[in-house]
Amino acid sequence: MDLPLRERIESVCRQYDRRRDRLMDMAIDIQAAERCISPEAQDALARELGMEVVDVQSLVTFYAFLTESPTGRVVVRLCDDIPDFLAGLDAVAEALSSELGLEFGQTSPDGQITLERTPCIGMSDQCPAALVNEVVVTNLTPESARAMARGLLRHGDPHRLVEHTGDGRNSHELIRAMVQNNLRERGPVLFGGPVTGRGLEAALRKPSAEVRAQVRASNLRGRGGAGFPTGQKWDFAAKAEGTRRTVICNADEGEPGTFKDRVLLTELPELMFEGMTIAAYAIGADEGILYLRGEYTYLRPFLEHVLGLRRRSGLLGRNILGHSGFDFDIRIQMGAGAYVCGEESALISSCEGLRGDPKTRPPYPAQSGYLGRPTVVNNVETLCAAARILEHGADWFAAIGEPQSTGTKLLSVSGHCERPGVYEVPNGLTLSDLLERVGAKQVQAVQVGGFSGHLIPPREFGRRISNTDLLTGGAVLVLGEGVDLIAMGVRVLEFFVEESCGFCTPCRAGNVLLLERMKRVAAGHGEEADYTYLAELSEAIKGTSRCGFGQTSPNVVLDLLRHFRPVLEKSIGIDPGNGTREAFDLGAALRDAERISGRRSTHHLAERTEHREAAPRKEVKIDGQTRQDTPKEGER
Amino acid sequence: MTDSFTIRVDGRVIEARQGQTIMEATEQAGIYIPRLCDHPDLRAHGSCRICTVLANGRSVAACTQPVERDMEVKNRHPRVEAWRRQLIAMLFVEGNHFCPCCEKSGNCELQALGYLHGMTATQHPHLFPRRAVDGSHPDILLEHNRCVLCGRCVRASRDVDGKQVFQFAGRGLNRHITVNTEAQLDHPGLDLKDKAVSVCPVGAILKKHKHYGVPVGERKFDHDPIGSDVESHDQDKVT
Amino acid sequence: MPHTKKPRVATVSLAGCFGCHMSLLDLDERFLQLSDIVEFGRSPINDLRRFNERCRVGLIEGGCCNEENVQTLVEFRESCDLLIAVGECAIMGGIPAMRNTLPLADCLEEAYLDGRSVYNPSGRIPDDPELPLLLDRVYCAHDVVKIDYHLPGCPPQADTIWQALVAVLSDNPVNLPYELVKYD
Ligand SMILES: Cc1cc2nc3c(=O)[nH]c(=O)nc-3n(C[C@H](O)[C@H](O)[C@H](O)COP(=O)(O)O)c2cc1C
Ligand code: SF4
Ligand code: SF4
Ligand code: SF4
Ligand code: SF4
Ligand code: FES
Repeated sequence: MDLPLRERIESVCRQYDRRRDRLMDMAIDIQAAERCISPEAQDALARELGMEVVDVQSLVTFYAFLTESPTGRVVVRLCDDIPDFLAGLDAVAEALSSELGLEFGQTSPDGQITLERTPCIGMSDQCPAALVNEVVVTNLTPESARAMARGLLRHGDPHRLVEHTGDGRNSHELIRAMVQNNLRERGPVLFGGPVTGRGLEAALRKPSAEVRAQVRASNLRGRGGAGFPTGQKWDFAAKAEGTRRTVICNADEGEPGTFKDRVLLTELPELMFEGMTIAAYAIGADEGILYLRGEYTYLRPFLEHVLGLRRRSGLLGRNILGHSGFDFDIRIQMGAGAYVCGEESALISSCEGLRGDPKTRPPYPAQSGYLGRPTVVNNVETLCAAARILEHGADWFAAIGEPQSTGTKLLSVSGHCERPGVYEVPNGLTLSDLLERVGAKQVQAVQVGGFSGHLIPPREFGRRISNTDLLTGGAVLVLGEGVDLIAMGVRVLEFFVEESCGFCTPCRAGNVLLLERMKRVAAGHGEEADYTYLAELSEAIKGTSRCGFGQTSPNVVLDLLRHFRPVLEKSIGIDPGNGTREAFDLGAALRDAERISGRRSTHHLAERTEHREAAPRKEVKIDGQTRQDTPKEGER
Repeated sequence: MTDSFTIRVDGRVIEARQGQTIMEATEQAGIYIPRLCDHPDLRAHGSCRICTVLANGRSVAACTQPVERDMEVKNRHPRVEAWRRQLIAMLFVEGNHFCPCCEKSGNCELQALGYLHGMTATQHPHLFPRRAVDGSHPDILLEHNRCVLCGRCVRASRDVDGKQVFQFAGRGLNRHITVNTEAQLDHPGLDLKDKAVSVCPVGAILKKHKHYGVPVGERKFDHDPIGSDVESHDQDKVT
Repeated sequence: MPHTKKPRVATVSLAGCFGCHMSLLDLDERFLQLSDIVEFGRSPINDLRRFNERCRVGLIEGGCCNEENVQTLVEFRESCDLLIAVGECAIMGGIPAMRNTLPLADCLEEAYLDGRSVYNPSGRIPDDPELPLLLDRVYCAHDVVKIDYHLPGCPPQADTIWQALVAVLSDNPVNLPYELVKYD
């Protein structure tokens, strides 16, 4: 017989020693087992941990993968990132929805299947893609989507959807994913040779200050997008007051269009853990956390396995490699569907068992981070590079790339090109060189740095991937000539609206207002005055937002205004000339009343209505192929 | 003393101490920086962003940003004031603020900020969200339509009353205040005398049975702009 | 009275309560002064229902809750040099816009069928063809046409209206002092 809910929850809490700061883990486990964290479960959790139920609710209602009411036993999350649209997402969505007999957002009446959309799952190089529970399915076509749906209806087992596994360790028995690495170019730093572990050995032969000095000398800068000098960050944390210190590896990889950390996590986890251990030694940390995005749950068993091997080899644990007094271990903290948790202070909140609100800065994490301890947060790629620097030396690293922007950069290339995938290139590469390598032709724009990055027009393709020019976490989305850039802008803003934590006014409300206005423009009802409105609103959001999220979310709008005016101008409606607002749509405003009363407008204005209906609203399609919205049954 | 130094605010040199925020230092010097979520008796929160100033050229929230020696602060700067107008307008349109039928009118800090900035209409469309009204407590009303998510009630209940009646739930535009009990507001923990009940800057937490207590013309902001108490001699307005 | 060309002022109450017009009348003796310097065009004040001449200023009370309001407002825009939105209803929808958080059908059902105090033996929502159709929500004046000035208040104080009229009639910008910017 099943244990009562209370007892089931008690046993989950026991696994984490009833530690409140592990609330995230408990919530994720309960969600997996119960398919939701119901108000009763929240109550039981709160009692068990001796905390207030509102604090549990606060966390549960924050993360997209945690729900208060039950999901299906199988949750199908179709990725709706822009590359997916470019690769035929609409037809796949339609196929899935009709074969499953579910609308998006619905759960089947028998509680078996939930169908949802989700932002980028890190598979932009093999999209359209979906998550089925934790199983990744890639390169979907309408046919394969139908087959998948039928399979799920028949056997309900996501793992049976994987008919063939991908290259490299994607075929490892602990991963067994149909994911391909698509590693197109290996550079000298990360993929330059085997992982030897010599970086850590070299580090442990030096005093920790010298390790930091070496990283400083290499001029390594953060690869997560912000480009902060890594050595300096380590110095701050080492010198900050505190008895215990923490190293966190940021594997949240939430920026849409970024998937290079996925390949590092699959192929070079040993190098990443080595980098974390070096960082721990350099700053005097005893605890490490790998923050792994919920979308990469499929990699977790393998990563746990690698950690286990390292513990057994004395590379983690007490007196690492015989270095007495150097104790360090790593745990994996899963995320649960929140882009903002890639922001380092939000990530720390999440690791502490809190909702993923970013923290007030100062203090910065290096001064006071995880549980108040001095904390270094670094991107996966940064830590891998650090390990190589200790292995081969700072000079070797600094000789690669540019003087101000040393080493290589991993790029995640997707969109309209022949060879999407991961490229390790020396810093300083120009966009036009890159486009050549990836096989991109007739390019209208390139979005560098993901949704929070910048849209670069062709006349600026001479610009370089570099800390001093195009500073990026590595997402490169190629947009061919057919792409409707305004529709794309709308999609980007929808993402930010969905993902904002809502803490501060400009990001919570401002992005919604930006989206509203952009939708109006996309529908062809823009007004001249919208340019100023959009620019001023964007500047206000950027200028006043509390964290990097809101400080970058309007970039796409500003770039469209700056570089793609002619595209926007096509969306400016015809000024009626009598002072009436172009954007006011009387026909639409009367539709409800006409339906309720069963009669048409009898006033002169009917004409105006006719006019609007004769020229139907353009439907927004990112791939640029204008389509008519087919009216649903019962709608007019 | 070494931990005391000066900073400049709109050209005026004032004293500041290490560890103070820009808000604290300016307040002491009789300079008003517009604010909404900040409250002198509560820990700083930094959510409304109305106190945004330029400090050494960088935009920061005055209520959370520590002062630094020789810091150059711009408070009445056209760019900053334009941002503030935007933020105030955003707060109006993201909720449902029908001032003509709100008991807080005249004593409301959001409204007063609108007055101070000479706002007559917002450049933003009203979003008219659908939000709840919680009248379950015998003496207290929680009107989510007017909540500006300043978190004052959350901080006051937790840090001053020691009760944790309120907390944030949801994210993005769906972020909202939630109340600590299944029986909702009718929680033995929440008392009329609680700090959490009196700190709400708007008409979101109201004491019942009070109605329109003060006649029009005698309310807090009918004649004196918000901030007058801080800046008692400074007459020129932000508009 | 000899007719030198006085500027004409039109006024209208759309989805409003006439409170803003009452405030205009509240000008008391200044109202006579006003009649000296302007002539009223289309307005409930003189019961003139059509524009027979172009007007300098149009004062708009109320937002638009139905198609007729829209039509009237567009006519005002076409026939007046300057439009002034007077009062919260015109500015942001005001009290009538409280329905904007609900779908129109729900509002009608509550008002005519399900509401606790409803007495409606016909059991029908009024649907006479003479009734203008309601809009899905209440739109404020500047949702529909371009508005030149907004006078806040519910209603705006008579002083507010006076100062604004005097300013625009003498070609000056409207600058309201602190005491006159009120939302209630
Ligand atoms: C909204 C937001 C999302 C972010 N997401 C990520 C992410 O997914 N991965 C990452 O490494 N850094 C991300 N960052 C940057 C981190 O805050 C932080 O700068 C980075 O992890 C530091 O590591 P680095 O110095 O090694 O780059 C994000 C920042 C913001 C503002
Ligand atoms: S900018 Fe503000 S609302 Fe947006 S994610 Fe950061 S803290 Fe949250
Ligand atoms: S809370 Fe303030 S701004 Fe909101 S309706 Fe009441 S008085 Fe107006
Ligand atoms: S209820 Fe009042 S005090 Fe609490 S967050 Fe909302 S506005 Fe602030
Ligand atoms: S603003 Fe107030 S007084 Fe004027 S019409 Fe509307 S409800 Fe009546
Ligand atoms: S007062 Fe500083 S952010 Fe609200």
